[in-house]
Amino acid sequence: MAVLDYVAPATVDEAVAVLKQHGQSARVLAGGTDLIVQEREGRRNVGVMVDVKGIPELTGVSIGSDGSLKVGAAASCASIYRNAEVAKRFPALIDSASLIGGVQIQSRASLGGNLCNSSPAADSIPTLIALGAVCEIAGPGGRRSMPVEEFCTGPGRNVLGDGEMLVSLTFPAPAARSGAAFERFIPRNEMDIAVANAAANITLSADGTKFEAARIALGAVAPTPLFVKAAGDALVGQPVNADTIEKAAEAARAAATPITDMRGSVEQRKHLAAVLTRRVINKAIERAKA
Amino acid sequence: MTKRIVSTTINGEVVEFLADPGTSLLDSLRDTIGLTGSKEGCNNGNCGACNVVLNNELVNSCCVLAVETNGGTITTIEGIAQGDHLHPLQQSFLEEAALQCGICTPGFIVAAKALLDREPNADEARIRHWLAGNLCRCTGYDKIVRAVLDAAEDMRAGAKA
Repeated sequence: MAVLDYVAPATVDEAVAVLKQHGQSARVLAGGTDLIVQEREGRRNVGVMVDVKGIPELTGVSIGSDGSLKVGAAASCASIYRNAEVAKRFPALIDSASLIGGVQIQSRASLGGNLCNSSPAADSIPTLIALGAVCEIAGPGGRRSMPVEEFCTGPGRNVLGDGEMLVSLTFPAPAARSGAAFERFIPRNEMDIAVANAAANITLSADGTKFEAARIALGAVAPTPLFVKAAGDALVGQPVNADTIEKAAEAARAAATPITDMRGSVEQRKHLAAVLTRRVINKAIERAKA
Repeated sequence: MTKRIVSTTINGEVVEFLADPGTSLLDSLRDTIGLTGSKEGCNNGNCGACNVVLNNELVNSCCVLAVETNGGTITTIEGIAQGDHLHPLQQSFLEEAALQCGICTPGFIVAAKALLDREPNADEARIRHWLAGNLCRCTGYDKIVRAVLDAAEDMRAGAKA
């Protein structure tokens, strides 16, 4: 099936109306780095391309007076990592935004698109989860919001219903003495799909000796990106040392339920879940102390 | 399906053309507008052979719909030389023999120019990182990276002169 129409609505309401009218054959076009290729390769039928980049709310990147960050669902990765204030306050987001594809992809690809594509190996979703991001969804019935960890429901599947679209992601202001980091394992230096990836967001106690709060998330080790609550819980209230971090890494390994495919085996991915968890916690601690 | 009229500034000239809603910018450039310098390699955003600069951003033209570029500004490989006067990058690619079959070369030159326009002092690590989205199956990349480093030096010297 060929693309029959292209529309560029000016408001969220207009976009929702078009999506509702055309049902599943209408798809939201953000950067197009997944959608255009999927349509061309016959992996997705797209009757109507609904380009949302003309809607200001969809492309904005702004830090609120309370220190929270709001990222429009179609804001490009480049517009995020070139924002000096975002780079300073949310370095884990920059870790992710700067390794999704090459620069040509980052010019167009968005965090919202990465989330809505709902790949288990998506390189931004573990970071969004670790940072406690909340998605705002608009639809025919109005707006609703939910934590990112509840958004994906399976490989390529998510909670969006007919006529619904992701509008923005909101990140709470980073706590004092907190740090976050994301890492991906791939067999080359750039431009590859994760064998596994992980993100951590930790807060240290006032004297820096204990973990006060922690959120850990993994990618490419389950049908959806995974919020591993047990790994964060293994840190909270415990002393900042290698033994504690090892317990979180073990919890991550236990939570991983990967498959064997061309990119890696079950055994390798479970191993990587632990290794990457250890690494991102250590990097997050460094950033918390910086 | 109705074709759309797209009006875009390409290499400094306003160009009007017709495109189906699902046609890529790459296909419009090559098949409708007749600018065949941009190459189709993978046609899925991995190889960079189709690189153009769209509204000051380096993009894979295979992953852009032509209709999205209405009102936009595009620079293709055809817009890099000034008449018969090669751009320093084109000159250094020739001097360093930074190409063999040449299919990837337009993409590499457009991508490298996008980097040096933004970061004239880019070092080797930065160049290699920036060019990670451009694939070459012939050269092994070293000659390409050397050509970009040489061109950067020439361009800095030229800027001072």
